[in-house]
Amino acid sequence: MTPPMRLAALAAGMLVLTACAPGSSAPPSPASPAGSSSGSPSAVRTDAAALGNVTLTVWDQEVRGGQAAQMKQLNDAFQAKYPNIKLNRVSRSFDDLNTTLRLALSGNEPPDVVEANNGRSAMGAFVKAGQLRPLDAYADVYGWKQRYPESVLRYSRYSADGKLFGEGNLYGLPQVGEVVGIFYNRAKLTKLGLEPPKTWADFETALATAKAGGEVPLQLGNLDKWPAVHVFGTVQGRHVPPGQIGTLAFGRKGASWNTTENTTAAEQLVGWVDKGYFAKGFNGQGYDPAWQAFGKGQGAFMIAGTWLLADLQKALGDDLGFMLPPGVTADAPPVATGGTGLPFAITAKSPNPDAAAAYINFITSADAMKVLTETGNLPVAETDQQSVAKGPQQDVFTAFGTVTAKNGLVPYLDYATPTFADTLGAALQDLLAKKATPQEFLATLEKDYKTFAESNG
Amino acid sequence: MTQPTMGTRPPGEPRRVAYLYVLPAFAVYAAFLLYPIGRAVQFSLYDWDGLSLGRWVGLENYAAIVADEGLRAAFGHALVLIVFYAAGPLVIGLGLAAILNHAKVRGLGFFRTVVFLPQVVAMVVVAVAWRRVYAPDGTLNTLLGALGLDALTRGWLGDYTFALPAVGVVGTWFETGLVTVLLLAGMSRIPAELYEAARLDGAGAVREFFAVTLPSVRGEIAVALTLTVIAALRTFDLVYITTRGGPGDSTSVPSYEVYHRAFGLSQVGSAAAIGVTLTVVIFVISFGINRFADRRVT
Repeated sequence: MTPPMRLAALAAGMLVLTACAPGSSAPPSPASPAGSSSGSPSAVRTDAAALGNVTLTVWDQEVRGGQAAQMKQLNDAFQAKYPNIKLNRVSRSFDDLNTTLRLALSGNEPPDVVEANNGRSAMGAFVKAGQLRPLDAYADVYGWKQRYPESVLRYSRYSADGKLFGEGNLYGLPQVGEVVGIFYNRAKLTKLGLEPPKTWADFETALATAKAGGEVPLQLGNLDKWPAVHVFGTVQGRHVPPGQIGTLAFGRKGASWNTTENTTAAEQLVGWVDKGYFAKGFNGQGYDPAWQAFGKGQGAFMIAGTWLLADLQKALGDDLGFMLPPGVTADAPPVATGGTGLPFAITAKSPNPDAAAAYINFITSADAMKVLTETGNLPVAETDQQSVAKGPQQDVFTAFGTVTAKNGLVPYLDYATPTFADTLGAALQDLLAKKATPQEFLATLEKDYKTFAESNG
Repeated sequence: MTQPTMGTRPPGEPRRVAYLYVLPAFAVYAAFLLYPIGRAVQFSLYDWDGLSLGRWVGLENYAAIVADEGLRAAFGHALVLIVFYAAGPLVIGLGLAAILNHAKVRGLGFFRTVVFLPQVVAMVVVAVAWRRVYAPDGTLNTLLGALGLDALTRGWLGDYTFALPAVGVVGTWFETGLVTVLLLAGMSRIPAELYEAARLDGAGAVREFFAVTLPSVRGEIAVALTLTVIAALRTFDLVYITTRGGPGDSTSVPSYEVYHRAFGLSQVGSAAAIGVTLTVVIFVISFGINRFADRRVT
């Protein structure tokens, strides 16, 4: 074996060879103007057919079922309309895209269009490193601000330095929408003599009735750490003003987790554990087995996102129902956790930003939204323009349309800081297992939030 | 015929020429191993998000490992896993191998294959299967229920007391085969005369085991311990698939933290520091095991 001394000397030698700071290749000048011309809207070329022969490399994560189908259909239509633009599609699963995008973007020839996760650790970091192009000029000429409600657009907004999330430049455009609400099993509710609850108090009563009726009131599998985040977010939305949730979730200064409202929310959640409303052993049950169990008829309610619609509908058919979490009163304005699918963004180094923007415009147009609907997806814009059959899919469309129209979407709590998904997920496991009191739980969140918000300026 | 010149240089080619023979292999080794290690050490001295310019922080990342309660716990969990990955399989393996070797079992090859089987299956597959076993409605709880032990049923991987042992048991199941087969190979090389002599001296099976078998397989034990301890310390896939470090942080381990920080939290510098620390720990422990085994043999 090499003596340690020699090894150390070697390591030192290697260090000398590589003694420049990691990531030292100078970031491209951020917000460089579109193409060779200036960034003013008038300079943007929107006639994609006149752009000459261009090859666009697109990285997306639309690999499953209806997602893959819509992407293929839209890409084919785009190619047919603009034969001069050749699409080079690279499709990867969500996880694979997340782990490889970082390297791809720091290379010299990154893809032109990429689907970048909204959160700080992905889109935020890319913006900070100057790797994405602000799209505001395109938004103006293409009318994206009319196409999308601001409560949706803000999920793709960052300040130019990447510090502020939720406002500033627009860096991407999503295709699909997501909202977390309450799935229910209509047949079970009928059997228990229940109606879909109209108020939050109704919902709690329904849970108690389901428990007394020998059903699993609320299906949950929290082994993967994050599922309870959506349950807590939903409970929190009943007690904490939406503005405050927004400040907390976007990691801004000026709010606090240590409030009586948040304490009430945490206490209510723990109360549900005490009353046995959740499925048995939920902290040891996987996310997939849990919603599959709900699909098999175990559970009256389940708090989850619209992304489960297609699979649950297959299992439960028209017995499946979906509703926004009810408010304190029946006519309270809707508040629900939600947002968008991954936005499509244009890389700063792309030599063809105009063609890239034309592509993004094409796959988010009114026609594209129809294609999305037909392939079983929830389009993020013009949701109320779509015609879908009565039943669970219509429930979902109505819910999303209502909540976006009234600007009632509150962001996912794990957007707050780069580490918050982990902090919140673990803290919720602690809270639900009664390893932490509601006060300790909130103190943990406060520490992560404050540390970040203050250092972020 | 010329006499070799005496004393001036060793036989064979001159040293400088000999190095040339080593060079190609060394170049590959350096490019794919030494260089990445050097870079990892370098990264660990920076606060770097993997994208923008890194900031030199010296040993701060290492200080953070010592200061961070969660990370200290992660290293502690790895030590607990050593008990399950190394100590457990060693004890079970010694017993199994001694029985298989001694009893002249018919169809030894079959049993050896069965015992070794878990090693053949990819850890990811093993983890997915065990996740099902441990689920609230899984095999283990069904079994307990059938035995009338309903009070013991729980979501094993979500239980703060049992999650880490539950993960560890999977490791025991996985590594026992390897250890058994290694020891079996060692035991089959013990000359039968030794056992005969022991028996003539009036030793029973137990005495025979401690006086003859155990000392004879010291080398194999060292190899088995080295392999299993390293496996325990670098556990990643099992934790990643079964618990993601949860519930809370009760099953997080250093390797998982390396991945999690580098790809999940964009703290590449911190991840590299943990990786380097883990490498040093593994190096020291396996070095210690081998030193210990060597000394006992001579």
